[in-house]
Amino acid sequence: MANKILVVLEQRDNQLKKITHEVAKVGSDLANKLTCEVEAVVVGGDVNPLNKVGGFGVKKVTLIKNEELSNYSPSAYTKIISDFADEIGADILIFGNTAIGKDLAPRVSVKLDAGIAMDCVELNFSDGEIIATRPVYAGKALVDIKINSDKKVFVLRPNVFNPGESTESEAEVVLKAIDAPDLSTKVVEVKKSEGKLDVAEASIIVSGGRGMKEAENFKLVEELAEVLGAAVGASRAVVDAGWRPHAEQVGQTGKVVSPNLYVALGISGAIQHLAGMRSSKYIVAINKDVDAPIFQVADYGITGDVFEVVPALIEELKK
Amino acid sequence: MKIAVCVSHVPDTATKIKIAENGKTIDSNDVTYVINPYDEFAVEEALKTKEKVGGEVVVISLGGEANKESIRKALAMGADSGVLLKDEDERDSSSLAFALADEIKAQGAELVFFGKQAVDFDNSVTGQITAELLGFNCVSVAVAFNIEGDKVIAEREIEGGKEVIETKIPAVITAQKGLNEPRYASLKGIMAAKRKIIEEKNAISSPNKTEVVQMKKPHGKQAGKILGSDASAVPELVRLLKEEAKVI
Repeated sequence: MANKILVVLEQRDNQLKKITHEVAKVGSDLANKLTCEVEAVVVGGDVNPLNKVGGFGVKKVTLIKNEELSNYSPSAYTKIISDFADEIGADILIFGNTAIGKDLAPRVSVKLDAGIAMDCVELNFSDGEIIATRPVYAGKALVDIKINSDKKVFVLRPNVFNPGESTESEAEVVLKAIDAPDLSTKVVEVKKSEGKLDVAEASIIVSGGRGMKEAENFKLVEELAEVLGAAVGASRAVVDAGWRPHAEQVGQTGKVVSPNLYVALGISGAIQHLAGMRSSKYIVAINKDVDAPIFQVADYGITGDVFEVVPALIEELKK
Repeated sequence: MKIAVCVSHVPDTATKIKIAENGKTIDSNDVTYVINPYDEFAVEEALKTKEKVGGEVVVISLGGEANKESIRKALAMGADSGVLLKDEDERDSSSLAFALADEIKAQGAELVFFGKQAVDFDNSVTGQITAELLGFNCVSVAVAFNIEGDKVIAEREIEGGKEVIETKIPAVITAQKGLNEPRYASLKGIMAAKRKIIEEKNAISSPNKTEVVQMKKPHGKQAGKILGSDASAVPELVRLLKEEAKVI
């Protein structure tokens, strides 16, 4: 049985990321079920505020601090998190399946000799064991897996576990300064895509496909995205054609997303694309091809011309 | 410099997945297997690096006879030799990485390329785990890579941007789409690949830490409502998004 759960929080620019609430809530719920302790850790510089994590059930959070650790360092973070897990006797670790989590969690799992379940979309119990459900083949199937090693690492897909509202309870914050971290692999610069929401993090995505006819016409996709506060996504066909950058590609060789709302414009819905977005909570498809497979997964469809329907939709939303 | 590339042999992304009778794996009948798409970027980067700094490129794959097809593909692109680590059992990422790390060490490779994930189990961890087992530095999800002497500068994709990473060899790099344009195998390359040697060894064993209890199909999303065939359906769409779905 579990002794202690360690929730690994994530920061960028010393601000906690949204995924933090999700991992904290899952960690504290798990601790209640297993009747064990839970605490949180974050590595960074002057990360603030941290006490708010208490609102999601974690009563204690340790900041392992060094100004040089404001940016991610795979080598330093791996050692620090593994050592901290050992020090407090944690045997279950929970991370978010983010750019950092995907890099860090597997490396920590090696140090701790732990089995790892990536990209979990559900955690359930069966005969006292944790069963993690995760998509495989880009979501064309799911597997239930269990970890048989003593120590276990679970990495949660963002935007799937509902953290609920904060209880406003505050966590105890412990500060732990660290000297001379191992910076043999370090981030020397972060290049941000100016003012753009990323499909991996957005709660609404507006995607365009071949039906947009040419790169220029993505202005329409961008305009609808702006009205909705959404990220712009793209199908593989248009990325391969060089109309859009790969970072926007949704699908099996792009990003697998599950926003609250996915709007597909001029996307036919190849199996690789459907695999990447079918777990979206609501799907809207606008495509003049009545037989397009995208309509098989769409909650709401309009079988019309995107160049006529989308401008009308933008107008209606602006009202 | 000795450069290794690890490739996996996976169902083509256009494959419809059927679950096998054992309820734990896919039914591989009628499935076309190909080299993992991300591994093609890894092979290309290994070849480009060899062209720049000299050395040789060895392709390593763990699995059955069929994996030779993916090894041959990499050889046809220009890799020098191949190793098939024979093993027909289901391995989790830890166990797979353990066997790969053992072979990479035996090869004396200082730079190792992987695809950022295999499009079957989508774990995206094998490169990182292998690096950690070897005590190598690691950059995952790389979209740019450069080596000068023993210094590596790479960029990795993150949410809303890129991180520029500095490290040194020995290192493991996992390749993301966008890192390069994989070359096509020329006819000459394909002919040459037939003569290149694929060494066969038994993969060393290592216990799995995870176990698949069952494989299942996702809850099928049902086709919803078609609201119309032109712009007159727009007000109803907006009403439904606001009142029924409550997502805007």
